[in-house]
Amino acid sequence: MQPSDDPAREPSDQAVIVDAEELPALFDALRSRGYTVVGPTVRDGAIVVAELASAAELPFGWGVETEAGRYRLRERSDTAAFGHSAGPQSWKSVLHPARARLWSADRVTGTMEAGEAAEPPRYALLGVRPCDVRAVGILDQVLTGGQHTDPVYRGRRDGAFIIAVECTEPGATCFCTSMGCGPGVESGFDLAMTELTDAGNHRFVVRAGTAAGADVLADVPSRAADEATVRHAVTAVDEAAERMGRTMPVQGLPQLLADSRESPRWDDVASRCLTCGNCTMVCPTCFCTTTEDVTDLTGDHAERWRLWDSCFALDFSYLHGGSVRTSGQSRYRQWITHKLGTWHDQFGSSGCVGCGRCIAWCPTGIDITQEVSALASLQDAATADEDEDRP
Amino acid sequence: MTSRRTAAPALTEPAAETAAVPRFYRVASRREDTADTVTLELTEPAQAVPAFAPGQFAMLTAFGVGEVPISVSGLGDSAGGRARRLEHTLRAVGAVTRALHAAPPGSLIGVRGPFGTSWDVASAAGRDIVIVAGGIGLAPLRPVVLTALADRSRYGRIVLLVGARTPGDLLYIDEMERWRRDGVEVVITVDRADSGWSGEVGVVTTLIEPAGLAPDNSVAFVCGPDVMMRFTADALAARGIPVNRIRVSLERNMRCGVGWCGHCQLGPLLVCRDGPVVGYDRAAALMRVREL
Amino acid sequence: MTGTVAARLSAQPFFAALTDSQRGELAEDGTAVTFTAGERLFDEGGVADMFWLIEQGGIALDMRVPGRGDQIVETLGPGTVLGWSWLHRPYRWHFGAVARLATTTLAFDAASVRRRCDADPAFGYAMLRAFTPVITERLQTTRIRLLDLYAAPSQVRHADIGPVNA
Repeated sequence: MQPSDDPAREPSDQAVIVDAEELPALFDALRSRGYTVVGPTVRDGAIVVAELASAAELPFGWGVETEAGRYRLRERSDTAAFGHSAGPQSWKSVLHPARARLWSADRVTGTMEAGEAAEPPRYALLGVRPCDVRAVGILDQVLTGGQHTDPVYRGRRDGAFIIAVECTEPGATCFCTSMGCGPGVESGFDLAMTELTDAGNHRFVVRAGTAAGADVLADVPSRAADEATVRHAVTAVDEAAERMGRTMPVQGLPQLLADSRESPRWDDVASRCLTCGNCTMVCPTCFCTTTEDVTDLTGDHAERWRLWDSCFALDFSYLHGGSVRTSGQSRYRQWITHKLGTWHDQFGSSGCVGCGRCIAWCPTGIDITQEVSALASLQDAATADEDEDRP
Repeated sequence: MTSRRTAAPALTEPAAETAAVPRFYRVASRREDTADTVTLELTEPAQAVPAFAPGQFAMLTAFGVGEVPISVSGLGDSAGGRARRLEHTLRAVGAVTRALHAAPPGSLIGVRGPFGTSWDVASAAGRDIVIVAGGIGLAPLRPVVLTALADRSRYGRIVLLVGARTPGDLLYIDEMERWRRDGVEVVITVDRADSGWSGEVGVVTTLIEPAGLAPDNSVAFVCGPDVMMRFTADALAARGIPVNRIRVSLERNMRCGVGWCGHCQLGPLLVCRDGPVVGYDRAAALMRVREL
Repeated sequence: MTGTVAARLSAQPFFAALTDSQRGELAEDGTAVTFTAGERLFDEGGVADMFWLIEQGGIALDMRVPGRGDQIVETLGPGTVLGWSWLHRPYRWHFGAVARLATTTLAFDAASVRRRCDADPAFGYAMLRAFTPVITERLQTTRIRLLDLYAAPSQVRHADIGPVNA
């Protein structure tokens, strides 16, 4: 994804060790190359995604407790900066922003300006979990993989520098292993880091994924990684795969959802779902938007702005004086069926990366993995009934 | 990267990213068809208007108001030395369409497109063309008639069955008379008659059986409200036309027209990209699911 | 049209489910009748003593509505029957009927057909089996028309929330 400009600096399989104290050097290397660093930081009782002025703003020593409908910060016993999951924001806040101008026009002068109101900065995304790396890849397919390329996304994605951080401590709502995109990461990053804090020795095993990544890494003080440390990092990630908080039965999922259109389960989930749309806000792959045309008081100057939208919004499916999907049942069914089923038809992959954010941030604690299990049980029961009815 | 030029381009010039940014055309003519429907001709003499295939749609912008998807209702070919133009028949039902409906000749309307799948009239070569139109559904079907008439010997019968709310809601009345003279079998019915109406009264599906169709050799093109399309397609299938030779034109809320906004989904289909024209073999099951 | 009533009856799919002998009996109660365009067949409220099988042309069903004149509610074309009020009391037409076009029909003596139905239940059942599908189909299409599908959103009224906001 990132062009290799300098043949001398090829991506290397060789890992290096970067001590936590050298993170400011990483920031300097990024900023000297014109990047605005975006990463996790503590704000308003959560770990959010924000522009970081320095490495000191990283959430050292902060972790989270997550469960269905629950997210709490907790103090860690170590100084890990990336020992958390399921934050309320994802990297789409930066790549696919909530508000973006599409064009501006003046019909008196007859001029048209395409694009965002201001040129966006080139972002370095620091701390992208493997699930989120996959999510970025999914958004790449949705917004740039079709016949037409989304100019806002393209404008931000092309300049972005991705620093992935592998998981060694999955959260209670995580299920990336089920979705095949974690807790380790093989591609889709400029740099990949694995955070180690054992024996009070806070360090990162870092490898470059692209020439641009190798270029930045070369400016950060590091030492060659010894085999034991590398093995330690690999083991930590492998063991994380065994400790996922949840699992998603992915086998035959699109067919299950297609067969479940009339399932009684939708009434059940509708009795709990507030159609608040939190899940779509926190989901790293939900991409739906709407547009709003605005003018000044003269009416001669018009702009079109694009805003995030949610399929849970009542007017999302508005047509001919009313909406197609008015009931809560139909809107929840639309969201989960799209995410896990029809996304395959439309974009060639699942839309879910197992990050678990929707489970944590649902105010009533609806669990997407549980809903799938329930649908599967009902489908099995229905099939069994049919088999019994057959002579 | 976002496109920024030191001198902003003219409203009517193509922007670097035309999929997201409209090009503004001028209303060349405006014809009132019924009390709430107009046909607009859009053109811009200085430049080419893109070619739209029958069945495709454009996202039309009313300056400062908003944007809606509207199917093309003409072929827009350059006949008689006039520049290629876009024809859209639209009904004033909301803020944007009311603004478009009122647009006087000379005013600017933004166009993005062409988007979507086409009726693919050419695939009906050698067969009878059966067109069933309900209400304003006749507008996206008009290009099917025009395409077939432009190459008349290529097709068998051209049967046009039209249903409308009342006689006053009928579109293209004079033109349908010309089509009759040119060999199109035109049958019209209304849901509700007024005192001056001497034609058929009843739903459009009642026109199917008397038409004496040859199902083995027919291709059907159906457009109108969802329920009307379902009943019509089912009636045509019941007469023996294979469902993969029955095409409907689906409609859903659209905010982008190019597969980015997520609004136009009907199950696995993105209507802007996999439609609006869809074979009934694909659409039938989806159209039957409540609140899909 | 030429040919005996029996032959013309056999040519129409409408009574295809009747046996040959049942069709023969029905033909005995039938005569060929033609109408010129604009000719009225019956008035609303009149005695329903006939029913017609339309072979060619078209019939308009109408009702006189004070303030609106004669309102056409439906038109019927070739291959279908006109009139089912003869099937049950009070044997009165609920609508009027007028020929839209020059129309050829087979007209049947309703009272005589009713007597045959009473005398021969098999015949009566076969007649009902022929008529009930057309009655249900007309009811279905009428319900569809009540939905007013072609209406613009501002023209649609919902009982509970008034005109839908366009």
